[in-house]
Amino acid sequence: MKRVKIRVFRYNPADGADARYDEFEVEAERWTTVLDALLYIKAHKDHSIALRYSCRMASCGSCGMVINGIPRLACYTKVYELGSDVITCRPLTNFPIIRDLATDFTAFFAKHKSMRPYIINDAVDRIDGREFLQKPEEVEKYLQFSYCIKCGLCYAACPTVATDKRFPGPQALAQMYRYLIDSRDMATDERLKVVDDRHGVWRCHFAGSCSMVCPKGVDPALGIQLLRAYLLGMSRDSKVVAELYRREK
Amino acid sequence: MVRESSIMKVHYYTGLAAIVLVAIHILFRLTVPEGYSASLEYENVIANYKNISYTLVLELILVTVAVHGFNGLRVILLELRQGDAWESAVKWLCIAGAVAIIAYGTRTIILASMM
Repeated sequence: MKRVKIRVFRYNPADGADARYDEFEVEAERWTTVLDALLYIKAHKDHSIALRYSCRMASCGSCGMVINGIPRLACYTKVYELGSDVITCRPLTNFPIIRDLATDFTAFFAKHKSMRPYIINDAVDRIDGREFLQKPEEVEKYLQFSYCIKCGLCYAACPTVATDKRFPGPQALAQMYRYLIDSRDMATDERLKVVDDRHGVWRCHFAGSCSMVCPKGVDPALGIQLLRAYLLGMSRDSKVVAELYRREK
Repeated sequence: MVRESSIMKVHYYTGLAAIVLVAIHILFRLTVPEGYSASLEYENVIANYKNISYTLVLELILVTVAVHGFNGLRVILLELRQGDAWESAVKWLCIAGAVAIIAYGTRTIILASMM
C-alpha cells in the first residue's frame, strides 16, 4: 500500500470561477484503479466532484480522462502502474467541459453518427430467411475496428481535432473504414463522399497518437490510412461482397 | 466541385515529381566538366536556357513546386481556421498565387532563353 496525492481538475462553466486543482491524499493498494481512488474521494472527502463512469471494466468507455498527461480510462489505469506519487486528473482535451472531469460528447457522437455506423444493404430483406456468409478473412478486415467503445480517448489525443473542429476525428474515420470494408455493406460510394471532403480523411497528420491511447487495441491511424489508400484506388479490390445463403430450417 | 482525393492525388504526384526533377536539376549542375562553381557563372547559366530539355525541366519544377506548395499552404490555412468565407478565400488566393508564380517564372524562363 502507498499514499498518493490525487490532483483533480475543478471547473464549472456555470459559476464563472477560474479552473483550479484540488488535492487529495488517498491510500492505494496494488489493485486500486484511478477510478477507485476518485470514487473514494467522492464518497469520503468531496462529494461535489463531477465525473462520468459506469461499468468499471473498460467496456462502456465512460470514464475517459487525461491522467498524468495521457488520455486513459480511469477504470483501466491502476495507480501503481503510473509510477508516481502524484496523479493529476483533468478532463479530456478537445471536448467541451460540462463540469470538473465530465465532458460533453455531443459533437463527438454527431460525427460518429454522420458516418452512418451501420450496415447499409437495401437488396436484402432481413426476414426473407437468408443470411450472409462471411469468410474469416473478410471478418478479419474490420474486426479490430469493431472493438471501438466510443470512449473518446483517440479524439482527445488527436492533434488535428485540436485545430480543425470540422475534422471527424480518428474514431469516426476508423468506424467509416469498418463499415466500408464490411462485405455485407453496399454503400461504398455514399460512404466515400462523406469522408472525401476538405475536412475529411485527408487532414489526418498521421501522428499516431490515437492508436497509442486506445484502451481496446484498435488502431484508428491504420483505419485512416487504409481509407486513404482505398480512396486513392490502391486497394479497391480489397472490398468483396458477401454471399447470401438461405438458412436451413 | 473537385473531390479532395483528386486534389490530394495531384499533391502527392507533384511532390514526387518535384523530388525527381530537382534531383535532375542538381545533377545538371554537378556534372558540368568545369565544376559546380563554374556552372553558376552568368554566361553558363544563360547558356543553359538555350538547352530546350533543361528549360523544360525548369518549367516542370516551377509548375510542380508551385502547385504542391500552394496546395500545402491551402491545407495549413484550412486547419488554422474554419468557415465558408475563409475557406473560399483561401482556395481562390492559393489558386491565384500558384498561377501568378507560374506565370512570372515562365516569363523569366522565356526571357532568359531569348537573351
